[in-house]
Amino acid sequence: KEMTVREALNSALDEEMSADPKVFIMGEEVGEYQGAYKISKGLLDKYGPERVIDTPITEAGFAGIGVGAAYYGLRPVIEFMTFNFSMQAIDHIINSAAKSNYMSAGQMSVPIVFRGPNGAAAGVGAQHSQCYAAWYGSCPGLKVLAPYSAEDARGLLKAAIRDPDPVVFLENELLYGSSFPVSAEVLDSSFCLPIGKAKIEREGKDVTITCFSRMVDYSLQAAEILAKEGIKAEVINLRSIRPLDRSTINASVRKTNRLVTVEEGYPQHGVGAEICASVLEDSFEYLDAPVERICGADVPMPYAANLERMAVPQVDDIVRAVKRACYRSSSLAATA
Amino acid sequence: ASSDPITVETTLPFIPHNIDPPSRAVETTPQELLAFYRDMAVMRRMEIVADTLYKSKLIRGFCHLYDGQEAVAVGMEAATTRKDAIITAYRDHCIYLARGGTLFEAFSELMGRKDGCSKGKGGSMHFYNKPERFYGGHGIVGAQVPLGCGLAFAQKYSKEENVTFVLYGDGASNQGQLFEALNMAALWSLPAILVCENNKYGMGTAGWRASKSSTYYKKGDYVPGLKVDGMDALAVKQACKFAKDHAIKNGPIILEMDTYRYHGHSMSDPGSTYRTRDEISGIRQERDPIERIRKVILSYNLANEKELKDTEKEARKEVDDAVAKAKESPSPDPSELFTNVYVKDLGLEVPFHFQFDLPPLEVYASQFEILIDIAYFCRYLEWIGKRLEQCFHDSKQLQASEIA
Repeated sequence: KEMTVREALNSALDEEMSADPKVFIMGEEVGEYQGAYKISKGLLDKYGPERVIDTPITEAGFAGIGVGAAYYGLRPVIEFMTFNFSMQAIDHIINSAAKSNYMSAGQMSVPIVFRGPNGAAAGVGAQHSQCYAAWYGSCPGLKVLAPYSAEDARGLLKAAIRDPDPVVFLENELLYGSSFPVSAEVLDSSFCLPIGKAKIEREGKDVTITCFSRMVDYSLQAAEILAKEGIKAEVINLRSIRPLDRSTINASVRKTNRLVTVEEGYPQHGVGAEICASVLEDSFEYLDAPVERICGADVPMPYAANLERMAVPQVDDIVRAVKRACYRSSSLAATA
Repeated sequence: ASSDPITVETTLPFIPHNIDPPSRAVETTPQELLAFYRDMAVMRRMEIVADTLYKSKLIRGFCHLYDGQEAVAVGMEAATTRKDAIITAYRDHCIYLARGGTLFEAFSELMGRKDGCSKGKGGSMHFYNKPERFYGGHGIVGAQVPLGCGLAFAQKYSKEENVTFVLYGDGASNQGQLFEALNMAALWSLPAILVCENNKYGMGTAGWRASKSSTYYKKGDYVPGLKVDGMDALAVKQACKFAKDHAIKNGPIILEMDTYRYHGHSMSDPGSTYRTRDEISGIRQERDPIERIRKVILSYNLANEKELKDTEKEARKEVDDAVAKAKESPSPDPSELFTNVYVKDLGLEVPFHFQFDLPPLEVYASQFEILIDIAYFCRYLEWIGKRLEQCFHDSKQLQASEIA
């Protein structure tokens, strides 16, 4: 059976709302409009306006109200129409949600989920195209998840809603309509994925590629191309940005001795930079080539289609980076 | 003291906005008045002692004192049950105390000790007593207002007939998110009572310099409001009772508590550059909240001067004993550094070098350091070897290409 990411998210919300009356969803256009991206479609009819709450355009306000409700013991799911708008509310995500359990020595847990599309969409310009994985991933107290497939979306969202800590759940608009095969196990209402565990999407022995969200798709495509040229790439879908599954990454690098990281976000202080540091700290002696990061270009997202394409990692970029990692000296000649 | 009701008139009238004000005749009891006196004396003493402890460097960082504003804490507490929630900003010591917190835990927290109400991990601005529904203790000016409206949201969601008191200052009243939260609270009729403690200064900026409208009780526009003499615990109690009834039936309301802080904004502020000493001493003489209750007690013959003096002495002793005990409390155990980041401490990321500093291994720490150094040195040698090999390889290639 096939399922789109949108259906996966919708069914996960539906099941968790039906399982726990404390779960509610709040955000702009989640109710009568059926969700700006239709993730909450049908939920208003099923659960009513007390549990599917349309807010005014007021991110700082409703993110704060959500955190307050979580202090009280409810389990809010706060939808940002896109994560770009979460900047209006980042104080509540960091200062009010992530730190409270610590500051109160465990009295004030915050079981809340902040979710919505993250990263570059298509042709929406700089203020609507940015990856926040590294931003939220750097903050202790938060858990940060980034699903790729329908299985990820279902399993991770259900895990996030059940989790007692604040979770930032980074979806991708361009994946909402993508279909993935799903097993009976994934479709079961008890299905849930562990937070903090990466998934090896494709095994290989020559090079490790780490990626998340839409870049998993690109990395798998790159691995396919590379396979034809005799390079067996191991593709790791991170799933969880924080906690980061350092052991899976390092185990893979110790096997392949080469690493390429892929993400849409900026290079400086990015997820790839962190993975690179982790591998240098824990598996330095296993590396046979420098680690290479494939990231979004270090610029605000341009609008023009040709420039936008250049600003976001492409399958070819991954292929070339992997080749550089595998045949280092030839790459030097190639660059020169 | 007896619990027979007596009725006392508030010193000043309530000034309403879009609502009929409550009666100025406040029902109270001798018992309650003596408790007000005692509790405020303890609070006053607590803050004075905190000042001393700060100056002797036993309290670090930020420390915001509440002396002058005690009537708000006790009056509000008298009008609520512990099913009602309270949330405030960083000037939180006395609200915590009013909500059933202990002096010992408060002073332990102030000094960063393990017996603190947040095990020494919160500090002055982050006191909580969740079982008694005191939700902190928040350091970002104004952020507690949406949070408080969220508590009220949860109360309504859970179909409870309780309210949340959301405290903020005249400074925070200019924050955008206050209006965002108030808008939603009004749209959804949340049982939220916004209590603006107008102590006249946002840090060192006088209200009139920061707020185009200094009628804080009117700032909700479509939300009704009430200006209250915040130096009169009885007026505060009356207003909070009134607001509670209103909020459960109709949604949010703003209470502006006209009050004053004697201390500077925080310990780095002597509190004398932006206001005159005469202003402070004038308020002390004319409007002091403890004096106000003392006068009521004496005029109704509920206690004599000596008995009130004894109460003050008891308060002093209680505070001093708590401080002495708190000073004995040890610093938090190093292992507490990494606890409570997450509820189950799962997914906790302990940096590599910290793993060796945790208690069970502490004894061996020095030996470990040597081992780690050796390990790193070996890695380094290995790395140099690899680099040399690489250079050799590259130069061979280079030669080959040059020849070609």
